[in-house]
Amino acid sequence: MNWASWSDFFAMGGYGFYVWGSYLAALFCMIGEIVLVFNHRRTIHKQLSLIHKTTQQEQNNETTP
Amino acid sequence: MAINWFKYSSPASFYSLAGKMIPIFSITAFALFVVGLYIGFFVAPTDFQQSEAYRIIFIHVPAAWMSMFLYLVMASWAAIGLAFNTRLSSMIATAIAPTGAMFTFLALWTGALWGKPMWGTWWVWDARLTSELILLFLYIGFMALQAAIDDPRRADKAGAVIALVGVVNIPIIYFSVKWWNTLHQGATVSLTQSPKMATTMLTSMFIMALACWMYSFAVVLMRTRTIILERERHTMWVSELQGTT
Repeated sequence: MNWASWSDFFAMGGYGFYVWGSYLAALFCMIGEIVLVFNHRRTIHKQLSLIHKTTQQEQNNETTP
Repeated sequence: MAINWFKYSSPASFYSLAGKMIPIFSITAFALFVVGLYIGFFVAPTDFQQSEAYRIIFIHVPAAWMSMFLYLVMASWAAIGLAFNTRLSSMIATAIAPTGAMFTFLALWTGALWGKPMWGTWWVWDARLTSELILLFLYIGFMALQAAIDDPRRADKAGAVIALVGVVNIPIIYFSVKWWNTLHQGATVSLTQSPKMATTMLTSMFIMALACWMYSFAVVLMRTRTIILERERHTMWVSELQGTT
């Protein structure tokens, strides 16, 4: 085991800022990317269901005499 | 067993296949990240020269590899789309670009945070750093160009051309440390020489690289699915999909 304690682990031998700055940036980037993709997907689904609804209504209107 | 691969070149069947594969890739990526980080932080020993600062390598090198690999993969799909006029290939190329740009940014960012304590500077106009920065601009240029063109098929073609021209930058990045005698160190892992690192360090780096691959597969497939829905919204199968959900 490399670390005597948790504070030792977070200090990273005095390089904590650089090491954790790298890994936190990676974490933020990846989570951010996933959130963006999900948001985009939700927007598209909303648009599509709107289109679907309107076309169905139009079809209903056409069939009623 | 004969698999009809052409079946999956249709966006509709690719959409459902990708939907099944995303959870597998996500779970694998997560597991590999956990294992890779565990080995990297708890098993790999302290470096005698760089102390603990070297642990940045476990994210820096995989991110830099991914930035180059993903560019090649993106350019290949774009080229296939350009040559055979296949819609799906171009959609995949479009879906890869943001992830590639993200990894390029990460490689530069983690490199800066590593450069400061080791070289004494965040940034130098070193051959490798500069060519990697150009790679970031190529990704951004590809995305900006595609976003600026309204007709998706024309955007695909314009993007493919810029992606293919940019491929010339990849060997420049890779060989930059050989061609120019600059600050960035040589290749950590090469095919011709035995590795210059402890086995546990190498193991962690490879596991992290594999995790980044799995992450990329998952997120690119998710983005491709969204692009498919967006572009194919006028087709029967998408409206049927909406009817069922």
